[in-house]
Amino acid sequence: MTPATIAFAIAFYVAFLVLVLGTGYRIYGYLRVPAPLKIPTTPAPTTRGGVVLRLTREVLFFESLFKAGLWLWLCGWLFHAGLALVLARHLRYFTEPVWAWVVFLQPFGIYAGFALAAGLAGLWLRRVFVARVRYISTPSDHLMLALLLAIALSGLAMKFGAHTDIVAVKRFFLGLMYFDVQPLPADLLLYAHLVLVVLLMLVFPFSKLLHAPGVFFSPSRNQVDDPREHRHLAPWAARLDPKL
Amino acid sequence: MAAEVKAPPLRADTGAPQALVPGAMAASKPYLANAKMQQALGFPGELVDGWEERAIGRMGELLEQYRSLKVYMDACVHCGACADKCHYFIGTQDPLNMPVARQDLMRSVYRRYFTLPGKLFPKLVGARDLTREVLDQWFSYYNQCSECRRCSVFCPYGIDTAEVTMAAREIMDVVGLGQKYTNEIIGKVHRIGNNLGLPGPALADTLTGLEEDVKEETGVDVRFPLDEKGAEVLLVTPSADFFAEPHVDSLIGYAKVFHAAGIRWTLSSHASEAANFGLFIGNYDQLQTVALRIRDAALELGVKRIVVGECGHAWRVAYSYWNTLTGIGAGGDDPFAQMLQRQLDSRYRQPMHICELTFDLIGRGALRFDAEANDLRTVTFHDSCNVARASRMGDTPGGQFEIPRAIIRTVANRYVEMPSGTTHEQTYCCGGGGGLLSDELLDLRVKGALPRMEALQSVVGSHGVNFMATICAICKAQFSKVLPYYGFKMGMVGGVHQLVSTAIRLGPRT
Repeated sequence: MTPATIAFAIAFYVAFLVLVLGTGYRIYGYLRVPAPLKIPTTPAPTTRGGVVLRLTREVLFFESLFKAGLWLWLCGWLFHAGLALVLARHLRYFTEPVWAWVVFLQPFGIYAGFALAAGLAGLWLRRVFVARVRYISTPSDHLMLALLLAIALSGLAMKFGAHTDIVAVKRFFLGLMYFDVQPLPADLLLYAHLVLVVLLMLVFPFSKLLHAPGVFFSPSRNQVDDPREHRHLAPWAARLDPKL
Repeated sequence: MAAEVKAPPLRADTGAPQALVPGAMAASKPYLANAKMQQALGFPGELVDGWEERAIGRMGELLEQYRSLKVYMDACVHCGACADKCHYFIGTQDPLNMPVARQDLMRSVYRRYFTLPGKLFPKLVGARDLTREVLDQWFSYYNQCSECRRCSVFCPYGIDTAEVTMAAREIMDVVGLGQKYTNEIIGKVHRIGNNLGLPGPALADTLTGLEEDVKEETGVDVRFPLDEKGAEVLLVTPSADFFAEPHVDSLIGYAKVFHAAGIRWTLSSHASEAANFGLFIGNYDQLQTVALRIRDAALELGVKRIVVGECGHAWRVAYSYWNTLTGIGAGGDDPFAQMLQRQLDSRYRQPMHICELTFDLIGRGALRFDAEANDLRTVTFHDSCNVARASRMGDTPGGQFEIPRAIIRTVANRYVEMPSGTTHEQTYCCGGGGGLLSDELLDLRVKGALPRMEALQSVVGSHGVNFMATICAICKAQFSKVLPYYGFKMGMVGGVHQLVSTAIRLGPRT
């Protein structure tokens, strides 16, 4: 067992815990705090089912962003859709036997890697060259794009350039899942890819990446438009009702 | 405030990106509320010692009370979808009037005090201490937001800058930095019963005068009842309707509708105001206290229905919040709500918008019109922000767009729609909402009206539109003031029920 293997094993355990517990804690915070008033952005669905549809359209197709502008929507959607496919494709490193739908996705996942990188590049160009967006960008906004793009490019480099021993990589990750650490191939490109992924997992719960869970808790999107039919009352607001 | 207020030129291409002019509106700010106005609402009279700690403390409480604020502080990715959607940004080109930048004035402080990266690496994530400079920036730019929610339409997470602005104003109020216009008016509502400070006897006189005017004009005895117990409908309307132009013409329109339909209605001197500026300052107690006047009046007068006049934010409060705040609505399973809901007639929507009432009556054939009476007018309709994006009319989503238009088409023959992207859910605010309808902010108001004026100009040019109907007291007052800056006549703006009033037949059926 090399020191690098041990270091990566520890890093992934820590990063996984931070990601799950950290994000879980943030979601718990969103759940715990009530929305005292009805504030859906209208026109809004008048039923629960309608809200599920609205959120589904929002999450799958970025409906609101589409209204905002075509280029931003295109870059953002390409990036996210690509990321979703690439992540799904990576499930083959964590399952044995590999699930059928993951096998089916493999060829699409390769193209998705390019879509992901292209989307990110577009978003970054926008951030640099559109004055409005440059004005609101913080260093962390640029770093986040750099991190994601570096992950994408290092991954693509292994796929199309310097191949790594992916069978060993799979043994390593399956080993992690069964608490039986297996050696990780000594490959600098792979090391770089994995270090960046660990970094992404670590910053997730502390960063704007919280938009991912956040969208489901946004009262302007997830509330049913029925304030006249039902009395909507948060616990702290109920205590303010005047005594009869 | 600038020495001379001038309208910006209409843009040739409204889709082209605009240059940024940093600091363009840095000097724009409203008058401070004085100690008396502040204390009347339970706020400190002036900036308190230890204000920074108190402000951060209140922010922490709000983050535990409002899921919207908590999620919205975290979720923004600075994508810029909202950046060019705000009428104040379009009109001023000040980058701090981009919704995301306005939110960041608070988000930067949130990050510094409430998040780990902001505590460890403030520069990296754009976190800032709440200094006096930052607080002054808040007072300036959180009073350049009309809480119209247009940005929230385009945000992929539905982040609503209005929620952030309301929280910021609440925080400023509790450290002693109140806004004069809103806080003085809320005090008047508590003391006298309405925003304009019109006492009961003066209101009674005004209404008697209106009865005489209508009698003279039409020969019909249309009543304007006040405090009549046993009436079926309590009408709650913005106090501007009682004498401001063009507002009063819509009040006459409501009265004629009630008359023609034979509905017994009344106004209330106790609740002679639909407006609720508690919304604008984001203070739940004020919002509720002001709203409870309506409940009290409804209980005292024993009415079966509550109808709201033409007022945008008031309809938001009535439609979206009254059930929560006061039990005016349906479906309450607690004694507080049931006490009132048993009295109200559940066959009708509670509360009901005056446009819903008129529309339903039209649908039943209970009203007759001479639409030709409006033939001198070529009408367009300005969707008011709070009606469009924060409420509904009728039973299906979007009824708030269709119902007023259907009324206009019934009572007038010439109707033209303004360009898409400037109406319905994407409507532009008039530029005077959210507690900014104050003279010292006139420069901001004129500039903020730019995108609506551009849309209006396009239908004036193409179709000769000469009347812009709207259903909001603030829109009416704002447009009356700013239309002349753009070379339009101030009389171009009016209410939907002003059109109804012109066309409705009052005489017996023949």
